[in-house]
Amino acid sequence: MAEVLVLVDSADGTVKKSTFELLTAARSLGEPSAVVIGAPGTAAALKDQLAEYGAGKVYVAESDDIAGYSVAPAAEALAAVVEQASPAAVLVSSSPEGKEIAARLAFKIGSGVLTDAIGVDADGATQSIFGGGITVQSKVTTGIPVVTVRPNSFAPEAAPGAAEVVAVSVTLSDAAKAAKITDHVVEEKGSRPQLSDASVVVSGGRGIGKADNFSIIEDLADTLGAAVGASRAVVDAGWVGHQLQVGQTGVTVSPQLYIAVGISGAIQHRAGMQTSKTIVAINKDPEAPIFELADFGVVGDLFTVAPQLAEEIKKRKG
Amino acid sequence: MNIVVLVKQVPDTEAQRQLNPDDNTVDRAAVDPVINYIDEFAIEEGLLLKEAHGGEVTILTVGPERATESIRKALSMGADKAIHVTDEALHGSDAIQTAKVIAKALGTIEWDVAVAGSEATDSRSAILPALLAEALGVAQLTQARKVTVDGSTVTIERVTDTGYESVQGSTPAVISVVEKINDPRYPSFKGIMAAKSKPVTTLALSDLGIDAGEAGLANAWTQVVSFENAPPRAAGQTVKDEGNGGGQIADYLASKKLI
Ligand SMILES: Cc1cc2nc3c(=O)[nH]c(=O)nc-3n(C[C@H](O)[C@H](O)[C@H](O)COP(=O)(O)OP(=O)(O)OC[C@H]3O[C@@H](n4cnc5c(N)ncnc54)[C@H](O)[C@@H]3O)c2cc1C
Ligand SMILES: Nc1ncnc2c1ncn2[C@@H]1O[C@H](COP(=O)(O)O)[C@@H](O)[C@H]1O
Repeated sequence: MAEVLVLVDSADGTVKKSTFELLTAARSLGEPSAVVIGAPGTAAALKDQLAEYGAGKVYVAESDDIAGYSVAPAAEALAAVVEQASPAAVLVSSSPEGKEIAARLAFKIGSGVLTDAIGVDADGATQSIFGGGITVQSKVTTGIPVVTVRPNSFAPEAAPGAAEVVAVSVTLSDAAKAAKITDHVVEEKGSRPQLSDASVVVSGGRGIGKADNFSIIEDLADTLGAAVGASRAVVDAGWVGHQLQVGQTGVTVSPQLYIAVGISGAIQHRAGMQTSKTIVAINKDPEAPIFELADFGVVGDLFTVAPQLAEEIKKRKG
Repeated sequence: MNIVVLVKQVPDTEAQRQLNPDDNTVDRAAVDPVINYIDEFAIEEGLLLKEAHGGEVTILTVGPERATESIRKALSMGADKAIHVTDEALHGSDAIQTAKVIAKALGTIEWDVAVAGSEATDSRSAILPALLAEALGVAQLTQARKVTVDGSTVTIERVTDTGYESVQGSTPAVISVVEKINDPRYPSFKGIMAAKSKPVTTLALSDLGIDAGEAGLANAWTQVVSFENAPPRAAGQTVKDEGNGGGQIADYLASKKLI
């Protein structure tokens, strides 16, 4: 069976859950192989985690140059691995950077690229477009499928893999060194999961009334181990950073559970959360459009309902 | 400094967008077209760069004839001129083909930076700027929430999950900007009048030396095989809070094994 390459996404020595999802999806298409691209020493910490989710091989392309320049080096390194492995497909997580890497890879190797897949098959992918309104079946007609997959589209399943390390040496072209990373600034590093690939998301809308009240959203999120999100109204008001915006012009999320608190459910907001598996809404207006897509809705005051929910969850967790 | 702003015309997201059942492409006739929302921020950033560093702002659009409406709007905001690549043979092109066309069109002019929006609302693929940088072999400075130019050096703040990265390159460079980088201006009455007489160069594929056999649906590297309207979400249950709304949600979550 041909190999299927999975580009590994990690942070601080931990493989992201979205990578395990890709390794799981890759098993349905061929032999999953992981590709680690980064600064020297990145792969060592990740190898065992990748073995746990079935990586037969772990291709490792590491150098200071790769880590020191934006996007292009990763695409070049990945192209070198494709050359070496002749895979049946390449899967990358659908983050902004993942999409850019996949696109540049596809261009280099003469393959079609499909983004934001919610399913994959041997020829291509299933995609959900227009804010979840239409589901399309797409295929790659030239080259091998290069597909970016939306987080939470597959349930990660552990399976033993040999994780045989294959070192890949990459000499970057000058073009790959055209955009130098000169600084890396962390502005909000909390203990909460990252919004884009979290399994549970709690989002707050204008209904929270003022910036200080956003703690209601955070407290509820913390009882569930959830990421926090927000509507654009909340971002525009400056109550939270733009990174937390869910919707058409923000992050698209597709978690197991999405809880919308004080959010009306405008079409542009729905475009970013409509494919969530379960949607719960709290809103005092029974006519709010969010109730049209909520699996469970409570018409009520968020200032009493949300804290009560947080208390209940804590109680049940014991 | 010569600035090109890449502007895409897209179906309005307020309306019910559709695909053409005959060839599975975006139905661009069914819904009123508008400038891709984030591209308004790209236009504004282009105008700000011109105000700070001089030069000209050229709008570049690849799209059907009707895209002239969006081009005029961009000109009325203050851009100086435009290039409109339009050709029947482009219908159904994918992102890689479009990037190649834009790369060729940029080859017809002198430019220092090409400014795009981070993402189009129809494709939502957010890959064109990266593809363009790849096609041209120039610096990719994308997902910018801030752009600073100093001579031939361009520095951006690239948005990340937790903050930003400073990324630096030399011109010519491809930039993409995110929503909120600035406050797009509204066209003034004077701007609207002036836009009517600003030059728009229309180019066909043959003008760019692109063979029709490299463009369009039949030659795209990806294809939509079929599509269906997603089933509407099954109507859920909504209850009125009678003092135990939070508890009821907890019950529901427990019944779904979500807690
Ligand atoms: C081009 C474009 C792009 C956009 N992109 C996005 C996007 O990416 N993401 C996004 O979210 N929006 C986006 N929007 C904005 C969108 O149209 C809405 O304006 C926005 O989502 C509204 O946010 P909201 O639901 O928080 O506020 P509102 O619509 O004001 O809703 C607040 C809700 O809170 C409820 N409420 C108030 N008080 C309470 C209380 N005490 N208890 C319970 N409920 C209460 C109200 O009943 C109301 O339903 C975009 C708009 C445009 C034009
Ligand atoms: N046909 C086009 N003509 C001009 N610019 C485009 C075109 N398609 C995409 N772009 C630019 O590329 C950005 C990202 O688009 P996309 O990769 O389709 O999400 C847009 O915001 C535009 O600035």
